[in-house]
Amino acid sequence: MTPLEYEYLRKLLRDQSGLDLSADKQYLIESRLLPVARKIGLSGISELVQKLQGGSSALITSVVEAMTTNETFFFRDKVPFDHFRETIMPELLHARAGRKSLRIWCAAGSTGQEPYSLGICLKEMGAALTGWRIEILSTDISQEVLEKSKVGIYSQFEVQRGLPIQLLVKYFKQSGESWQINPELRAMVQHRQLNLLHDFSQIGTFDVIFCRNVLIYFDQETKVNVFNRLAKAIEPDGFLVLGAAETVVGLTDTFKPVPDRRGLYRPSGARAAMPARPFAAGAGRMAVAGP
Amino acid sequence: MKTCLVVDDSGVVRKIARRILESMDFAVIEAEDGSKALELCKNKLPDAVLLDWNMPVMDGYEFLGHLRRMPGGEEPKVVFCTTENNVAHIAQALSAGANEYIMKPFDKDIIADKFAQVGLVSPATAAFA
Repeated sequence: MTPLEYEYLRKLLRDQSGLDLSADKQYLIESRLLPVARKIGLSGISELVQKLQGGSSALITSVVEAMTTNETFFFRDKVPFDHFRETIMPELLHARAGRKSLRIWCAAGSTGQEPYSLGICLKEMGAALTGWRIEILSTDISQEVLEKSKVGIYSQFEVQRGLPIQLLVKYFKQSGESWQINPELRAMVQHRQLNLLHDFSQIGTFDVIFCRNVLIYFDQETKVNVFNRLAKAIEPDGFLVLGAAETVVGLTDTFKPVPDRRGLYRPSGARAAMPARPFAAGAGRMAVAGP
Repeated sequence: MKTCLVVDDSGVVRKIARRILESMDFAVIEAEDGSKALELCKNKLPDAVLLDWNMPVMDGYEFLGHLRRMPGGEEPKVVFCTTENNVAHIAQALSAGANEYIMKPFDKDIIADKFAQVGLVSPATAAFA
């Protein structure tokens, strides 16, 4: 891959998805995009770039999806789910006791491990949630990963990462070498394709937003823009959960960290310094796949 | 240093497991069947047992029953590691006192994850495995 081809791909990915690759990620491009090139009979990255420059929107979608889909597994990082069980839910059960409803948004729900992990947490709470209406919305930039999430079928390898064996037996049905999450849990999660760079005001406001391991790929300006719009999509007493390597500190004062709860943030009530308009105009693509 | 007893009739599997567990700071001892494993446990109980199911002389399931009836035999964390991958086997293992269950093939990520599940290593260790 020539430096010019690398720059072309960097710019394409930044414009289409917000993915901000540093100057030395050639290996990542090679490992993710060679399979895309070979699948359509091209010999390598150079031919792929030529084809992209020729203007194929379907191919651009494939390239963006291949570059933005990241590793994910059940209960990834564990701590956010401890926060969910021990801090977020007890507080919201109290605060929403009147209306008995909650909305949860997984902003980079990927192949479903994160929203289904939250669904399992809720199921495990049992009778405490009787009479409650809890909605989990999972969105992602990639339609392909959302399709996988909807079906909820995982390989033996995937169900062995992060998922305690008791929960596997309890909430999955085995078919051959694969495991499918049970229909009751699948029914708890709604799916929708969405690019975080675009306007997402139409999906409403949420009590809890999980937005993990997406923003790390964005440049500063994009991060600030997304945070400021997330602040408008969250209830004033809601919770925002970020990935282990992410923070709002130094970027925006619309959220403040919850003391002693790593990765957990709440709206500060401060107004965004920047107008919270969507970053990229136009319709089309969606948000980077995360945890 | 915590000890892990690796019980498997395949020398190759024991070697792979040993390499993974030593990188996680476990002292590893090996046995090629349930009977030999039981002898080692009578001498000194390990902190963890990585246990195959199908083995000659005494299988993993029978070994687990004997272990759990020994004085102090409730203590070691037992993680099955077997090609038996159906729900019936998993349920049988759990009711006999297994703490976790790995379906072969396995890799370091899976072992680190499962060991974190049962508290043998901290989640941070698993994350950096």
